[in-house]
Amino acid sequence: MKEKTKKAQSEMTLTARRGIADRNASLILTLPAIILLIIFILYPIIDSFHISLLKWNGISSDKQFIGLGNWKKLIEDGAFWKAFINNIKIMLLSLLIQLPVALLLSTFLHVIGTKGKALKCLWFIPMLMSSVAVGFLFKYALSTTDGIFTTLSMMLGGGRVDLLGSSRFALLTVAMVICWQFIPFYMIFFLASYSNIDREIYEASLIDGATKPKYFIYVALPLLGPAIRNACVLSMVGSLKYFDLIYVMTNGGPGTATELMATYMYKLSFKEFNMSYGSTVASGMLIVITLFASITMRLTTPKER
Amino acid sequence: MKAKHVTVESRLCWGLAGILSAAWVIITVFPFIFMVLNSFKEKFEILTEGVFSWPKHFYLENYITVFEKGIGRYFFNSIIVCAISLIIALLVSACAAYPISRLKFKPNQYLLLVIIACMSIPVHITLIPIFKMSKDIGLYDSIASLIGPNVAFALPISIFILTGFMAGIPRELEEAAEIDGCGRFMSFLSIIFPLTKPGLATLAIYNGVEIWNGFIFSYTLTQSPESRTLPLAIWDFQGMHSMNAPMIMAVLTITFLPMLFLFIIFQEKLMEGMTVGAVKG
Repeated sequence: MKEKTKKAQSEMTLTARRGIADRNASLILTLPAIILLIIFILYPIIDSFHISLLKWNGISSDKQFIGLGNWKKLIEDGAFWKAFINNIKIMLLSLLIQLPVALLLSTFLHVIGTKGKALKCLWFIPMLMSSVAVGFLFKYALSTTDGIFTTLSMMLGGGRVDLLGSSRFALLTVAMVICWQFIPFYMIFFLASYSNIDREIYEASLIDGATKPKYFIYVALPLLGPAIRNACVLSMVGSLKYFDLIYVMTNGGPGTATELMATYMYKLSFKEFNMSYGSTVASGMLIVITLFASITMRLTTPKER
Repeated sequence: MKAKHVTVESRLCWGLAGILSAAWVIITVFPFIFMVLNSFKEKFEILTEGVFSWPKHFYLENYITVFEKGIGRYFFNSIIVCAISLIIALLVSACAAYPISRLKFKPNQYLLLVIIACMSIPVHITLIPIFKMSKDIGLYDSIASLIGPNVAFALPISIFILTGFMAGIPRELEEAAEIDGCGRFMSFLSIIFPLTKPGLATLAIYNGVEIWNGFIFSYTLTQSPESRTLPLAIWDFQGMHSMNAPMIMAVLTITFLPMLFLFIIFQEKLMEGMTVGAVKG
């Protein structure tokens, strides 16, 4: 009897000891990450919301608390909503072009298998450049004086082509460049998802009499569902955050034709030094992105039972 | 008869696929040919001869000027920032991922939720406060100011991926060590950490490329060429020589080469690493 309780006791202390060891190790090991996240992400978010309640140019010590004044201005600010609409247009174009093309390319690569290695590498090349570099490359490649399309059109006897300078085509052109840059990303992602599908499923469906095209439409594509959903969310959130490429390529112009929330925020804060309103725009952007991300996640996640 | 019909059809299909894929190769590769070809031209050659012509003679002056004007410094800064940020980010995230994935301590799961939430936060919301901070502590316009934000924004995705990775390591390995009297820290350092190397390598590629290409922090937190990174070299050169298209193409080619070399060496590994961010959604 006594033996038994003693044993139970020692077992208790073993689990308790383990618990304490787990707790101590957890606290110490996660501490550096927590500190960094607080300093560089969480505190800045709070600070941004705080600055959005002030009237402040970012440099002077003259800070005035004006409550929700900036937020009222944001809601009535046509320029911000125009930028938001531009973000949405970029998002739609990205979804409609990037994902289907990437899916097509990855399907083709998957069908031809290892023979397509060289093709895969060539198709991946755009990903090797930074957004800034891509932006500048296309700024020159599409320029009116000596760009690719201008040269082609002149050779055919036409006039100069000014894609980035026309308020009608600028956004579409920029969206195409974004697609050019990111299609390889989704292509490799889908290709990886294809190769995760069990080989046996493929063989079984062939035995059941499916042809290759049928296998892809009825078997592989549905299995790719979660990957496609991920890609959609990623592309949507990415489109709402977009900055580098447009900033260097058009700087939001001509006029406000390609202005995005991020470029608008940047110019307000660091070019016009209206930091308090810039913070408001940034905070608004955060709210919009968070709403979008959570709504799409909720809508596209299959209900668990 | 029917079989023949099918082969004609499938031949047509393959032909079409071949043409489309060749077209796509042209679309992806042509801009690079445009870039490299025009970087060897003289300033006005591009205007008089057009962009498609072969350079009259391979004019290396652009490259020489770019190096004389100090692109090396930007290169050096990029390497330093990238290396330091990567080492810190990977160590910190490995340390954090271990307890989240393998230790029984309730708050760890809340921490994981916060980390997942951090993954979709746009950098822009942190820009003004971080700018303010770096001014206040006197780090503004130094490469040191870039390390903190780079590390912090690499952490969420890295911790998330490493957590998944570490959760897949069998428990028995650690239990055996625990019986031998191995503490939590020892078992992390001697068992789990070494087994995480493939995951760390993938993340090193992903974060390395992100940091290497990072524009906005460097643009906001630094001012002088002495403390700017490579993407800013393109920006600064374009500011000085915007009318000299061949020179800009030379800068672009130079900044593109390191990635191209890495790609030639690592290929599959690089492609895998660069797309690991797709789990973000």
